[in-house]
Parts: sequence; C-alpha cells; structure tokens
Amino acid sequence: MREKILNYLENHASVSLDELAVLIGEDEESVKAEVKAMEAENIISGYTTLINWEKLGVEKVTAMIEVRVTPQHGMGFDRIAKLIYSYPEVSSVYLISGSCDLMVTIEGKTLREVSSFVTEKLSTLESVISTQTNFILKKYKDHGIVMAEEKKDNREMMT
Amino acid sequence: MRDPLSKTIKDIKPSGIRKFFDVARTMEGAVSLGVGEPDFDTPWRIRSEGIYSLENGRTFYTSNTGLIELRQEISKYLARKYDIHYDADDEIMVTIGGSEAIDVALRAMLDPGDEVLIPQPSYVSYVPCTILAGGVPVIINLKEEDEFRLKSKDLEEKITDKTKILVLPYPNNPTGAIMEKKDLEEMAEVIKKHDLFVLTDEIYSELTYKEKHVTIASLPGMKERTVYINGFSKAFAMTGWRLGYACAPKVILKQMLKIHQFAIMCAPTTSQYAAIEALKNCDDEVAAMKEEYNERRRFLVHEFKDMGLPCFEPFGAFYIFPCIKKFGMSSEEFVNRLLQEEKVAVVPGTAFGDSGEGFIRISYAYSLDDLKIALDRIRKFVAKF
Repeated sequence: MREKILNYLENHASVSLDELAVLIGEDEESVKAEVKAMEAENIISGYTTLINWEKLGVEKVTAMIEVRVTPQHGMGFDRIAKLIYSYPEVSSVYLISGSCDLMVTIEGKTLREVSSFVTEKLSTLESVISTQTNFILKKYKDHGIVMAEEKKDNREMMT
Repeated sequence: MRDPLSKTIKDIKPSGIRKFFDVARTMEGAVSLGVGEPDFDTPWRIRSEGIYSLENGRTFYTSNTGLIELRQEISKYLARKYDIHYDADDEIMVTIGGSEAIDVALRAMLDPGDEVLIPQPSYVSYVPCTILAGGVPVIINLKEEDEFRLKSKDLEEKITDKTKILVLPYPNNPTGAIMEKKDLEEMAEVIKKHDLFVLTDEIYSELTYKEKHVTIASLPGMKERTVYINGFSKAFAMTGWRLGYACAPKVILKQMLKIHQFAIMCAPTTSQYAAIEALKNCDDEVAAMKEEYNERRRFLVHEFKDMGLPCFEPFGAFYIFPCIKKFGMSSEEFVNRLLQEEKVAVVPGTAFGDSGEGFIRISYAYSLDDLKIALDRIRKFVAKF
C-alpha cells in the first residue's frame, strides 16, 4: 500500500487523504495511518508546490551551478555540501558524477543577487576549486510537469 | 429521377451517440462525459517513430496484410499478454482500426439470412455491419443483475439453425462489463455444441481492473472458431492513427484479406511503423494510463454510491453505466434534462440498444478535475427528485 500511496502523492501532493483512499481503493483509516507513519519515518520528506511564477509576473532567477571541490579527509563531500546547503537561497545540492562534484541550484530575485551569492559565499569556501554558473532561461518541464504549453481537449464527437 | 439509394442503407439508422453533443457544443460552460476515446495523447515514443518513418520516406503502401515486422510484433504481443498464438504469415491482418476488422469479418463469413447473435447494450456498429453483410442481427438483451455479462441460458434461447456467429463485445462499451474465464468457459461449451463461430471484439482488453484479461480464443478448441479483433486505439491512445488488427484461422483470414485488399488496400503506413514501437516498448506507458483510469473508476463508483445512484461496479473499458430508472424518466429524457438544467452531456443507454433503457453511459476518459465538476452537477441534478 505504501508504494501505491507514494506513487499518487508524488504527483498530487494536494489530494485529501479520504479522496486518496477512494482513488487507490484502500481503506481511509489505514491510508491516514500509513501517511502519518511515512512522514514520521521521513519517507515523505516534505510537500512542495510547483509554481509557475512567470505567469504571475513575478521575476525569479534560478541558476544551476557546477561546483568542483576538494573532498576532505574523513568526511568526503558531506561537510562541504552542508556548508553550501545551509544557505536558504540554495534550493538543491546534489553530488554528481562527471566534470564537477556538486550541482547546486540557487534561486534569487535578481541576477545580481544570484551572482553575488556565487562570488561572495560559494567561491570563497575553502575547499571550492571552481564554479560554473548556468542561468535558467526558460523552464519547459519541471518535476515531470510541462510548463510551456496549455492542454486543450481536441477530441471531436463521433459515433 | 430514380432513387439513387439502396433500401438497405436507408433503413439503417445513424448512430444515436452524437446528437446530444451538437447541442452541448454550442452551450456555454457545458461539460461533456460523452467521448469514447482516451484523453491521453499518444505516448511520445510512438509519435516520434511515426515522425521518423516519415522523415525516412516510408510513405508507400505496405503489403495488404500489413508490415511483416508489425504482424510479428502483434503475434509476440498476443502470446505474451493473452497466451494466444497466431502465425504472423497467414493468421494476422492489419486493418483500419478494429472497426474495419468487424465489417470485413462479417462480410467474409455471412451468407444471406445467416443469423448473428449480438448482445446489447453494445457498440453501435455490429448491427449495421451485419445487415450490410446480408446477415440477420438477433439481439440478446443483457441484464444488469448479471452485471451485463452474457449467460449461456440467454445465449441458447436465441440460437436457431440459422445462427452462425456470436459477437462477444467484452470488455464492453457502454457498460464497462467484462467476461471472466469462468463466464467464457460456459460460452465456449454452448458455442462448440451448436457449431457457432465467435467474433470477439477485444479492443478494450488492456483496460480491465480485476483479474488478468482472458480471451475466449485461448480456451481449448476455440481458436479455430474465433475471429479475434483488437487494435491500438484504446490501449495506446492511438484513435486517430486508425489502426487495428484481426486474427483468425487461415481459411477465414484468407477470405477477409480479399475484401480488405479490394476495399482498403492497406492500413496507413505511418501508423504501422508507429505501432511497432507501441507493441515493443510501451508497457510502462500503458500501465500508467490504465492506473489513472482505474483511479477515476474508483472515484466514480464511490461518488455514485454516495449520491444513491445504483450502479454495478464496472471492471473494464472506461465507462460506467449507472441506472436512472428510479427517476421515472426515459434515458433520453434524463440525458436531455441533465444537459439543459446542469449542462452535463452524457449518452443515453438506448444509443447502444433497447436494453440500455434506464441507464446512462458516462465515460471516464476525462481528467479527475473534469469528472469532479461534472459529478457535482449530476449530484445537484439528482437531488431535485
């Protein structure tokens, strides 16, 4: 049942739990209990809302920053990752394979805000060797949801 | 001037599904639960194969029976999914949707006066296609207390020495009924006893929500008596690609192929290339769509129960068929008033045969959000009585 609940919640976080129970064909009380348990166990780590700020006319700047770092003895990348993710303007930090070590996503109100975070906070960290900042120009699809187009019912009536 | 038309065609009524929707279309704020096709777009990987085939200039006819690669994939798919085994060389033919296959099969098998047993409520084309093929349609009225499954007693009652074919329209449009293995075994006995043939229309076979779908063609001694029809429209959300197929014993298929050859030539080439991808690599996409239909199905069953509208639980296709008898109106009246007063368009059960009287067909090939809006309105409507 856990997997059924999570599969649905992953894309429909705002569903009420009694409705969720109907949709997946399970008993309401057990669904509620399972969700509560999974929240306590941090299997469900949080609920977020995917917002198309652009439509509201609110300016936001997002950058994906490739960061190369020197891993530290005994802690690998964990300490430096923590030094970075502790800033509230950082929305995600991933350790990745490839040409850099950490992929850091930063959200700010303006270009200047983001770039000053990179130059003043990120680049100055002791173990950071280099950074490469990629500003996001347009979001086509985010979290599995297509942002760039409207869906319309084009079906015609026939037999 | 002489009458340019044939008597046969003039006597055939046009389909009754669409008439409410012409009204709904012009009505501000109307919502429709009427469309009988998936609301999903064709999975992208299928579409991209279609595009790729065009880029590569695959714009010629294929062989009459369809691309051999596609027939081989159909053969593998049917074996893997439903445990039926058809030879890609001479037992499978690719058609313009399941609907062409129905027409061609009836024309290939009927002589004037042969009777065709058609359980109703069911899809609208079996009766006219039978008449156009010179056959005589004999209706078997299905009952709600049987969950609209065909029962051997009702079948045997209608068998005469002229009966040749039984149409098996399951999973069923418009009722959402299915036939499970035990139901089919009961049928198979009667069919063999009376030396009948079966035309099984399994276009909704991917959309069942109980046990795994079973086809009558997989039962002992039935393959040689069965024309098996399926297609890509419902399972892969490919209605507009117009692609289906028929599988039958060689002796039958060979004659069906003649009709197809002279009337159609071959199914659309682009669609055939796209369909290969559908069969090979789209199990996950199909499963995801099915799960979403199932969520909506559970939601509707729950809602109708909650508003006191009696409805047997449908386990197939994407339709639910609630009973509206307690309101003392005919289906058509109910549907008309629902449209006028609450602006929800549904289809009266009678569009699928007289035994659909007292029922309405609701399609859940709509997003959950749309269904919620429509169901709120239906709830308001039934609360008036």
